[in-house]
Amino acid sequence: MTLNQQRKLKTILTGLFAWTVALVLFFPIFWMFITSFKTELQAISVPPSLFFEPTLDNFRIVQERSDYIHHAWNSVVTSFGSTIIALVIAIPAAYSMAFFPGKRTKDILLWMLSTKMLPAVGVLVPIYILCRDYGLLDSKTALVIIFTLMNLPIIVWMLFSYFKDLPKEILEAARMDGATPWDEVVKVVLPLSVGAISSTALLSIVLCWNEAFWSLNLTASDAAPLTAMIASYSSPEGLFWAKLSAASTLACAPIVIFGWFCQKQLVQGLTFGAVK
Amino acid sequence: MKRLTKNTLTYAVSITAAMTAASAFSATQITVATVNNGHMIEMQKLTPEFEKANPGIKVKWVTLEEGVLRQNVTQDIANKSGLYDVMTIGMYEAPIWGERGWLQAVDTSGSYDAKDILPSIRGGLSYKGTMYAAPFYGESSMVMYRKDLVKAAGMEINDRDSWEHIRDVAAAVNNPEKGIYGICLRGKAGWGDNMAFMTAMANSFGARWFDENWKPQLETAEWKNAVNFYVDLLNKYGPPGASSNSFNENLALFNEGKCGMWIDATIAASFVTDPKQSKVADKVGFAQSPYAVTEKGANWLWSWALGIPAATKNADAAQKFVRWATSKEYIQLVGEKNGWAAVPTGTRASTYANPEFQKAAVFADAELKAINSADPTDSTLKPSPYVGVQFAAIPEFQAIGTTTGQMISGALSGSMTVDQALKSANTSADRQMRQAGYY
Repeated sequence: MTLNQQRKLKTILTGLFAWTVALVLFFPIFWMFITSFKTELQAISVPPSLFFEPTLDNFRIVQERSDYIHHAWNSVVTSFGSTIIALVIAIPAAYSMAFFPGKRTKDILLWMLSTKMLPAVGVLVPIYILCRDYGLLDSKTALVIIFTLMNLPIIVWMLFSYFKDLPKEILEAARMDGATPWDEVVKVVLPLSVGAISSTALLSIVLCWNEAFWSLNLTASDAAPLTAMIASYSSPEGLFWAKLSAASTLACAPIVIFGWFCQKQLVQGLTFGAVK
Repeated sequence: MKRLTKNTLTYAVSITAAMTAASAFSATQITVATVNNGHMIEMQKLTPEFEKANPGIKVKWVTLEEGVLRQNVTQDIANKSGLYDVMTIGMYEAPIWGERGWLQAVDTSGSYDAKDILPSIRGGLSYKGTMYAAPFYGESSMVMYRKDLVKAAGMEINDRDSWEHIRDVAAAVNNPEKGIYGICLRGKAGWGDNMAFMTAMANSFGARWFDENWKPQLETAEWKNAVNFYVDLLNKYGPPGASSNSFNENLALFNEGKCGMWIDATIAASFVTDPKQSKVADKVGFAQSPYAVTEKGANWLWSWALGIPAATKNADAAQKFVRWATSKEYIQLVGEKNGWAAVPTGTRASTYANPEFQKAAVFADAELKAINSADPTDSTLKPSPYVGVQFAAIPEFQAIGTTTGQMISGALSGSMTVDQALKSANTSADRQMRQAGYY
């Protein structure tokens, strides 16, 4: 086998592997999507049917029963709101730790990450009681605060690992030109990190959009996001898979479309870290 | 500029005045937490009728998955958060929460006609004679079977057959090559899943959860006989993977025509006889649950009911809503709007006395008989200190029941023997009861 042939074979095998992984990952979403067009009886039939007469009934039922726009708006406000607040806190934090590391910077970073290891249910009761006492139950404010705190460690870590790879010389040159720390962040670091910040923000938005534990525990109706809407279609007595799939498809659609548009930033962000 | 400021001020004052006036006349809003099942969804659709009759009240619905609902309403009620004004609770919670003062007593005065509510259901939702939740619908358990398959196998099913006979029928009907299994039963672990069925079955084998001193009795011969029979029956004549099946999975199997028999909640009768959902709608027969050594506790009793938390700020409006949703008039309304086969059953004697309902619901007699024969205050052959047929109405039961359910599910899937499963479950139950201070 010539070197050229070997290379070709390698490309084909890599491509095949990538497609297999992609299909395996995509299959549940595909199945959810086609189930949403089945009747309840078709949805549970064994063996499952791939070819059937599609129906939009499930979407009609979801539209009738749930206020989709209300839930979607709550999801948008909480996920975008918390991501913006988290970025406002995380950018200066990551900047200071990346460019002016102290003796305990590593410990602080590890401590921040360790908060992600605590199971959420461990702090459910104190947070629930705090929300009750401050009148924040079933409010978007509570979710925004919780989501901000939940994603802050990841955002700080991601931005820190990007910032620390930025050449210090650029900042030194800016300082020589009389730049203040504010100028350094706003005029030098941020423009250089647009890709990293966008992908970090996108990841945070997706995580908030999909969050269900706190949404289900801290909200009832006014602030309930799309995850709460999906949960309402599970039934203890009765068939529900087709309707649940329709609700899930509607809940996933905005973030999938948003992700599609931001694909470039996401890929760039996932592979960032290289010196510009 | 001055003019602009003046205009702005005028508008602001007018808007504020309008808002104040609006809020003075604004309606009381009540939030109702519920589970997603057919009857509850129907109630949501009919809510405008209630709002029309009570112009000062607006109803907001929160529909949750059963497990989440339990967690949320427990959190809400234990912390007195006041998030919900009406909550859907079961027969397990009503007496426990009533005793603790977490629920308001249901106002049964005037035209409500509480005496019309089936006595076993009323008893199960009461503590010391006071009803703490109003039944929205009630259910027991019964045998649903395929008349065509049983007949073709040359067998017969009658009310209150013995478990041995049920096993013989399952063996005769079982035909896995054709995708038909003799019997479908719950196997998924959970106090409300496999243990609801298993407890009723064990009751009929003479078993009980606790003795008079609250000592767990899971290692007794009665429990061993019942669980051995169940494991053997389901492994020989049940569908593959039965240890992960509960109500919905078995409903799907039955409606697909894959079960010869299914013993489960009476509410399933309306689903398996509905041609829109079931491929075998016209082939289903009903019979009372089987027994082994006693008929006591052989079929369970459950009700989804509406309770009003003590912390609600809208008690009057909540009472009005609960009285409306669980009234005879509401059942009449559903019958007229959606047909009599769709009314919430298992709550009122007047529903079963209605000729239109009798004509529409082929399962009416079997369901009423099953509900009336269940007595939550006397469900075991040997004396027991607890209330409840398929559960013991004590706060510790959820954990004990679920642990035992996991062990029995493990025995069913073959990861341990029945003796090992019951021994582990008994040890765990004993520890929890000791920690809770029962002895």
